[in-house]
Amino acid sequence: MKIAVCVKQVPDTWAEKKLDASDKTLDRASVDGVLNELDEYAVEEALQIAEANSGEVVVVSMGPDKATETVRKALSMGADSAIHLNDDALKGSCALGTSLALSKVLEGRDFDLIIFGSESTDARMSVVPAMVAERLGVAQLTFARKVEVDGSDVKIERITDYGYDEVSASTPAVISVVEKINEPRYPSFKGIMAAKKKTVETLTIADIGVDAGDVGLAGATSEVLSFEDAPPRAAGTIVTDEGNGGVQIADYLSAQKFI
Amino acid sequence: MAEILVLVEHVDGAVKKVTLELLTLARSVGEPSAVFVGNGADNALATLAEYGAANIYVASDAEVEKYPVAPTAEVLAQLVGAKSPAAVLIPSTAEGKEVAGRLAVKLNSGVITDAVGLVDDFQATQSIFGGNVIVASKVKTGTPIITVRPNSTAPEAAAGAGTREDVTIELSEAAKKATINNKVEEKQGARPELAEAAIVVSGGRGVGGAEGFEVVEALADSLGAAVGASRAATDAGWYPHQYQVGQTGKTVSPQLYIANGISGAIQHRAGMQTSKTIVVVNKDPEAPIFELADYGVVGDLFNVVPQLTEEIGKRKG
Repeated sequence: MKIAVCVKQVPDTWAEKKLDASDKTLDRASVDGVLNELDEYAVEEALQIAEANSGEVVVVSMGPDKATETVRKALSMGADSAIHLNDDALKGSCALGTSLALSKVLEGRDFDLIIFGSESTDARMSVVPAMVAERLGVAQLTFARKVEVDGSDVKIERITDYGYDEVSASTPAVISVVEKINEPRYPSFKGIMAAKKKTVETLTIADIGVDAGDVGLAGATSEVLSFEDAPPRAAGTIVTDEGNGGVQIADYLSAQKFI
Repeated sequence: MAEILVLVEHVDGAVKKVTLELLTLARSVGEPSAVFVGNGADNALATLAEYGAANIYVASDAEVEKYPVAPTAEVLAQLVGAKSPAAVLIPSTAEGKEVAGRLAVKLNSGVITDAVGLVDDFQATQSIFGGNVIVASKVKTGTPIITVRPNSTAPEAAAGAGTREDVTIELSEAAKKATINNKVEEKQGARPELAEAAIVVSGGRGVGGAEGFEVVEALADSLGAAVGASRAATDAGWYPHQYQVGQTGKTVSPQLYIANGISGAIQHRAGMQTSKTIVVVNKDPEAPIFELADYGVVGDLFNVVPQLTEEIGKRKG
């Protein structure tokens, strides 16, 4: 079984994110980049499925030079090899452009499963897995909290507002996983050393036959017109509980017509 | 006036509040038509007309309910082709965003997710980076597809013609590749859904354990609120993960958010900062969550919260 796991480098979850005033894209240079946290679950799930089905895991990532660290992190967790799509023309890609580029990397490589995290913690759109499934014309098994693979049959529990849906399909399929589907492993020292020797295939958009006009800021189908810091919230009233704190909140809620 | 397609979010025809919000929002920039996919349209028609739907397009073929996401995107794509609307508005739920994504690929149109407002010319307002930055953005290719966050607009009735038009859809083979075998309901009691709730009551590390959440739940129930939890609480296994509010959990924007024993790390703030009114109970006066508070009490939540619950009970009589 051949499994692709798509990962993204994002600004550290705990860092303050900013837009760059010059091109209104996320300022990635000034913050530490980390493997998107939700993608760690995707890597772990890919490894577990591969281990149970004598499979192979290929990390796929689109990003600048700096994203190499993230690719290595996924390799050090145990993935077998990686494909790094790295092209200046991709900077500022919208979701359509990103899904186009990823699809072009993925197609024709005979992946049985393509696994994503359910969203990136920077853009938080949660649309790329669905877009890639649409573009490749394969089954979409997304927002999975549980994945079961039996030969070419794949079954997931897709989280919903009311609980979950049991959804099934045959491979090839695009899967996205939610947080807590598993406990992502930490790279071992051995894993980190081994990752340095693993193959990373570097591609440009020319290699995948994508036109510069269809990706990046130039090809973006939506644009940020302007941005500003949210107005600070007006300072609230803070009191110290002296035995009637609950009543005081009730008074406030009454005044605000919540009760 | 320009026609705007609004995807109806419903359960067997019971229309969710976010749909009424989107119809209301659509009226501010054009004339809404509702798109109803699935069973139970008869139950929904009156409500959709009451909130301004000029046309109600109904795709109720049994096929569309058998497969997730893709059929709805195909219905919308067909309607965009037939009706040339000025824009498509979709609730910004997990499934709604996926529908928007597939539709965007089909139409080669730009998509904006998690809008909190819409002005003339389909310029969308988004609140990003956990509510720290407000962005004005616009689709520049194709028919704008915009997903709008629940609780962004107050729904207001304004009668529309509500003319029903049934839509026949021939699903592609690609749309049938994943099958829903079973829909499983998990108990959340009578509480409203987290993303849609007008009031959310949350607990964090300060709640101290699973049993501590009983205090939070009691307060929530006194207000008819949904219960949320911080990552510290869900990671510790005190409350189920699907109730996590924050950067890697759900984003909520209720009228009232009551944070109990939550310190207010960026991870959590990112999921609740755009709430209209925020009330905080925390025993640490230095907790960053107080920076967001409209009203805060420094104190032990196990004293303050039960007293508040009792007081609400008295006042509601």
